[in-house]
Amino acid sequence: MTTVYTLRIDGRDVAGSEDATVLDVARENGIDIPTLCHLDGITDRGACRLCMVEITGSNKLTPACMTKIVEGMEVTAHSDRLLEYRRAITEMLFVERNHICAVCVANNHCELQDTAEELGLTHFDLPRISPKVDIDASHRLFSIDHNRCILCLRCVRVCDEIEGAHTWDIMHRGLDTRVQTDMGIPWGESTTCTSCGKCVQVCPTGALFEKGRAVARGSKTRRPFLPWMKVVAEERGL
Amino acid sequence: MSEMPAAARPVRRRVVTEELHEGPIRASAYVCEAASCMSAQAAEITARLGELVAESGLGDVTVKRVGCLGLCAAGPLVEIAQTGQLFERVRPDDVDGIVAALRDVKPTDERRPQGPFFEKQMRVATENFGLVDPESLDDYVGRGGYETLRRVLADMTSAEVRDEITRSGLRGRGGAGYPTGLKWTTVAKAQGSQKYVICNADEGDPGAFMDRSVLESDPYRILEGMAIAAFAVHATEGYVYCRAEYPLAVYRLRAAIRSAQRAGFLGAGIADTSFNFDIQVRLGAGAFVCGEETALIASVEGRRGTPRPRPPYPAVSGLWGQPTLINNVETFANVPAILRRGAEWYASIGHGKSRGTKVFALAGRIVNTGLVEVPMGMTLREIVYDIGGGIIGGRPFKAVQTGGPSGGCIPAQFLDMEVDYESLIEVGSFIGSGGLIVMDDTSCMVDVAKYFQDFCRDESCGKCTPCRVGTTQMWMLLDQITRGEATLDDLATLERLAAIVQKTALCGLGQGAPNPIFSTLRYFRDEYMAHIVDRVCPAGVCAITPVEVMA
Ligand SMILES: Cc1cc2nc3c(=O)[nH]c(=O)nc-3n(C[C@H](O)[C@H](O)[C@H](O)COP(=O)(O)O)c2cc1C
Ligand code: SF4
Ligand code: SF4
Ligand code: FES
Repeated sequence: MTTVYTLRIDGRDVAGSEDATVLDVARENGIDIPTLCHLDGITDRGACRLCMVEITGSNKLTPACMTKIVEGMEVTAHSDRLLEYRRAITEMLFVERNHICAVCVANNHCELQDTAEELGLTHFDLPRISPKVDIDASHRLFSIDHNRCILCLRCVRVCDEIEGAHTWDIMHRGLDTRVQTDMGIPWGESTTCTSCGKCVQVCPTGALFEKGRAVARGSKTRRPFLPWMKVVAEERGL
Repeated sequence: MSEMPAAARPVRRRVVTEELHEGPIRASAYVCEAASCMSAQAAEITARLGELVAESGLGDVTVKRVGCLGLCAAGPLVEIAQTGQLFERVRPDDVDGIVAALRDVKPTDERRPQGPFFEKQMRVATENFGLVDPESLDDYVGRGGYETLRRVLADMTSAEVRDEITRSGLRGRGGAGYPTGLKWTTVAKAQGSQKYVICNADEGDPGAFMDRSVLESDPYRILEGMAIAAFAVHATEGYVYCRAEYPLAVYRLRAAIRSAQRAGFLGAGIADTSFNFDIQVRLGAGAFVCGEETALIASVEGRRGTPRPRPPYPAVSGLWGQPTLINNVETFANVPAILRRGAEWYASIGHGKSRGTKVFALAGRIVNTGLVEVPMGMTLREIVYDIGGGIIGGRPFKAVQTGGPSGGCIPAQFLDMEVDYESLIEVGSFIGSGGLIVMDDTSCMVDVAKYFQDFCRDESCGKCTPCRVGTTQMWMLLDQITRGEATLDDLATLERLAAIVQKTALCGLGQGAPNPIFSTLRYFRDEYMAHIVDRVCPAGVCAITPVEVMA
């Protein structure tokens, strides 16, 4: 039997089962908390820090996606301070690398763009970093443009936890952090990649995209589940 | 879990504690062989001394390798144990003089402390420094080592041990000052089929070398402290996570573990009781963030060393998801002393909520660079001037930086402040692991802030956005200021950004990264203004090219 806890989020009385997170309960109740690294179905990392909320009685902010609810908890999911922080974090993601939406395959189909819009991020104040980073187009079906990568690691987790291939991982640290395929070899030479396309599907931005689609055609529109499995199967004459 | 003393078992092995030398010893020369003196060829001095003593036929004189003697900058150091006479910066040619002094030692001589550097210190965690041979278990046992562990196993329940630590008021020496007794109790009470004890010897703060010295000078002490802790929290497996940049510490630690295993102080049936505990060494690859406890645990598990949000805390879910006690090297080094001399004794030392002593690594523009241990609550002035010998060249004191990259700069107006966990936080700094970097008027505080920011951005693991991006942005803004290219708007952006990173970063590295900025702005805002408004660096450190003014 699961225990049900009652708690308050932004002044509303809500309830959730004992293993639910603050984010789960908020979403069930139509309270929107912005997220980027979170994706239903894969483990959470609490890394993007967009979902930070205040818990009454604690002087530290905590990520809603990784905070389990407890009875009587009081959560503030929206405040001026939180909005300022969320805007700044989104801005950091924009200026960390090159995000020129007008020439991106994901323009209008990008979760980073949507987040900025929702939070009312209208201009950038923080210094731009924009280092020179690579594009890997060696895979037959997909490409990765590291300029658009926000290091949410959804690709890494979906590849490991759902597909079971663990083609993706991360290398280096700090600003030099990059997602990589098979210990840093070009994606096209990977021997573990099954070309299932799950990573492309979960990527929130235009970093991972399907080849042969024009700019802004929106590679992230809803498509039949795992369409590339069909392509691969046909190629193999299955 | 049983709260019974570990049951006595029939004697299986005898712990051998032979005398090192036959016959009475009249004089002995102690040569410091910790890393700093070793780098100044101390091993050569030991060898030369040994040869010369043998050649001179001094049968009642010994030459012994010991751990850190404290005055690291003046190495290699040799001390005559009976008189306390200290030879500094010993060259191979000086050995004759030392042998002559050894010849003159009278059986009636008494060891004398030499000057305030030694007299004002209080040695608890480092009490064996300069006395025991770090590579000899016999020597450690000869000085009373492992007696405490034996007594604990024979006479005390684990609850009694925890209670003793709680009452002593010991707090974690790794930085945060978390009450050690409370942590031990949490681990002991947590549910889990297997429990672990981890010693955090990653020590990555720039300028800090306390933990390295402890491991190099008295490694058995850590093993004993960990074994007591393991008994207190019902753990049977332990790890020491040490950075690979400390080869001598790692070597001595491994040697100590092997000989302790052979002598029955580690492994199955410790000291002939039913208590089992063994220790393995894990090497860190030099990432500062791997000192953070959750990153450290990930690294021990063989994963990428990045922190994860807490809770759950390692005490509840740590290594392999099991309850794990993680303490700093110095914390463990205090444990045998507390159990030997009692919680009341330990609690009688110190100040306010900070009990006991603290080891500091003195560095920077200070005469006596080195390792010191003082009671909590000693004033900064006593540490810097009496023990540290003041500023090099008698220059004016400007600030002391404590707490490493998460700490702050304490200006001259607080020189008479008592140093403890709370008072340092009050003035915007942090006791941290114990690095104390002294600065004089030749330091530019904006440059200091930039230095620490550069360290943080370099060491950021890159997991969370605010630290990965924010530390670089803060560094960029500071760099602009030091180049005389910043505006007041940039300063405002810096302050806003610093507050955001502090509040939103995942782990202590990011949360603490803005601290050097906050503290330098709090006490030295005028220096920032000079760089921005007047475009000059008052200390003359930053190279600012004068801008051409368009008429
Ligand atoms: C970025 C970072 C680095 C740290 N490095 C160390 C370290 O090198 N040594 C250490 O003992 N604790 C370090 N800590 C603190 C540990 O996370 C942990 O609190 C400590 O080991 C607990 O031991 P204690 O209670 O004995 O202090 C670090 C923390 C952070 C956030
Ligand atoms: S490639 Fe896409 S899914 Fe992968 S880490 Fe980057 S942004 Fe996230
Ligand atoms: S604060 Fe820095 S070091 Fe800590 S998790 Fe975030 S990126 Fe990594
Ligand atoms: S969604 Fe919670 S931290 Fe990214």
